[in-house]
Amino acid sequence: MSELNSKIPEGPLANKWNNYKEHAKLVNPANKRKLEVIVVGTGLAGAAAAASLAELGYQVKAFCFQDSPRRAHSIAAQGGINAAKNYKNDGDSVFRLFYDTIKGGDFRAREANVYRLATESRNIIDQCVAQGVPFAREYGGLLDNRSFGGSQVSRTFYARGQTGQQLLLGAYGALERQIGLGNVKMYSRHEMVEVVTIEGKARGIIARNLITGQLERYFGHAVLLASGGYGNVFFLSTNAMGSNVTAAWKAHKKGAYFANPCYTQIHPTCIPVTGDYQSKLTLMSESLRNDGRVWVPKTKEDAKAIREGKKTAVDIKEEDRDYYLERKYPSFGNLCPRDIASRAAKEACDDGRGIVPSGLGVFLDFADAIKRLGVDVVKARYGELFPMYQNITNEDPLKTPMKIYPAVHYVMGGLWVDYELMTTVTGLYCLGGPRG
Amino acid sequence: MKFNLKVWRQKNAKAQGKLVDYTIDNINADMSFLEMVDVLNDNLTRKGEDPIAFDHDCREGICGMCSMYISGRAHGPHHAATTCQLYMRSFKDGDTIYVEPFRAGAFPIIKDLVTDRSAFDRIIAKGGFVSVNTGQAQDANNLPVDKADAEKAMDAAACIGCGACVAACPNSAAMLFVSAKISQLALLPQGGPERNNRAINMVNQMDEEGFGNCTNIGACEAECPKEIKLTNIARMNREYLVASLINE
Ligand code: SF4
Ligand code: FES
Repeated sequence: MSELNSKIPEGPLANKWNNYKEHAKLVNPANKRKLEVIVVGTGLAGAAAAASLAELGYQVKAFCFQDSPRRAHSIAAQGGINAAKNYKNDGDSVFRLFYDTIKGGDFRAREANVYRLATESRNIIDQCVAQGVPFAREYGGLLDNRSFGGSQVSRTFYARGQTGQQLLLGAYGALERQIGLGNVKMYSRHEMVEVVTIEGKARGIIARNLITGQLERYFGHAVLLASGGYGNVFFLSTNAMGSNVTAAWKAHKKGAYFANPCYTQIHPTCIPVTGDYQSKLTLMSESLRNDGRVWVPKTKEDAKAIREGKKTAVDIKEEDRDYYLERKYPSFGNLCPRDIASRAAKEACDDGRGIVPSGLGVFLDFADAIKRLGVDVVKARYGELFPMYQNITNEDPLKTPMKIYPAVHYVMGGLWVDYELMTTVTGLYCLGGPRG
Repeated sequence: MKFNLKVWRQKNAKAQGKLVDYTIDNINADMSFLEMVDVLNDNLTRKGEDPIAFDHDCREGICGMCSMYISGRAHGPHHAATTCQLYMRSFKDGDTIYVEPFRAGAFPIIKDLVTDRSAFDRIIAKGGFVSVNTGQAQDANNLPVDKADAEKAMDAAACIGCGACVAACPNSAAMLFVSAKISQLALLPQGGPERNNRAINMVNQMDEEGFGNCTNIGACEAECPKEIKLTNIARMNREYLVASLINE
């Protein structure tokens, strides 16, 4: 039985990270060259770690199951990245970002790690900009920010609706540079199937070559897992098809503890399931709830008629509609937090008032916003989202309400790690998605 | 809906490939093209046959992994959409659909519809980055960027590296892909110091990989799922020319 020792550095919260850095052991450059590190996964965490370790002089072997490290699912993140830069001079600080993050995690995250994240958030933006990530700019040429997720300060940096893509391509560029310099050996189309331990320490992996089908053996003095979250343990999720959590599961079977697996985010605004052939779900940005009103019919009879195609949304009179979020949570209304909106949608559908044939769907209606702001404003505001919805569903959300239902989006649980990001298996580290 | 499919089957890189006929029935118009192939593969597996190998991952049009040449067009009949964003309602009941891999000398076929596009990675490794190590960056706002330039850089950076431009081009040229990266970094001050070497090294690697020359046909732009513009190619040519003059 492993003992959980989180190895949090001494000292007050704000000094812990500096304390740690100032007293961490250094490795002689000549020795770095002799140390081999395995990195599994090339998303934001894996690609950045592989490139950074190679820059420091370690010999890195990086693995991904896709044909290129550029395709990891970090690429699908849309909204933006938070950093306590306080560029807007609106009172932001490392402590405020720390506090908001702790609160967002229901006060369960490890404070020392979150404080470190909030501190480093500033350097991350610097690094990304230096790498050529085309973040949105103001007319003066400085970086633009927006506020996100109900925070009272503007600290979100973004690159249109493709922030994850641009951050990943920055990290991928840094990784390719190290591959070109011969410091990283890249194994694409390889899937990790086992962590190898020698005398209790992680010392390598077994990977399947996805072209030949052969199992191959790779040595490393340390193994870093950056292989993503476990959203796909649910039958359908918004995750990529290949994000199958095999690596984290194998690590768990080798003795790495799992933390908070219940921490699964069910995102309220996804496109409902249409058939049993469906391979994955598509997320519609949460920003839609700024103008869309969520409702189901008040009566089961009306809902049934809609499900059977005998009635449509417009046939339901205003007084026969249940805008359940506005009714239940008058102060937040349609903008209530994700988990609450998801739960309320499920309750309405469990009550027999779902409006898609499967029974699992609710309306997200823009009719009022269009009346208030005009079609053009609404269209401009949700530029890419409406055509995307229409492409998938063949329905125009400007004419008929969208249909949405909650879906598994991302997970916050994962392999337990200490302050140094080591799991309960010595020498096996974990970064990004699979970490708890 | 019912479809007749003619799918390219090729056992491995060395084997001769051929189009094989399949019919598939009970297809729902709301299915995506890849889900239709999933169903076909399920049928094949149940019959004990080898399923059709194809590349895909995100299935939301952003990772660039899906890559089918459908009835004569890279990523199928729609403009500005990837294969995974194609839905069966775009076809008529009873249609015959041809499904082939992205074909180009520099993208050798691995199996069926799966090709090796690692040439793109090797081109990026020659200069598709800014040489700044982790921890070396200055404060982000020390480097103002003109908003219009930032927007243009972002337009170019939207490339997903799918290779449809190469597959669509009769010369199998990779100019649109390479120029998108060169443009992004040429438009931003961060890309300045390495600008000349980048243009020379990336273009040389592109030639070495065996991609063809550009003869201004424009099929790449027409088929690009991310609407990358031909003007990037003009910018790359300028970058390359200036760099060659300076290097001489
Ligand atoms: S330029 Fe367009 S077609 Fe070519 S790789 Fe990039 S996204 Fe694909
Ligand atoms: S599967 Fe990712 S773009 Fe099509």
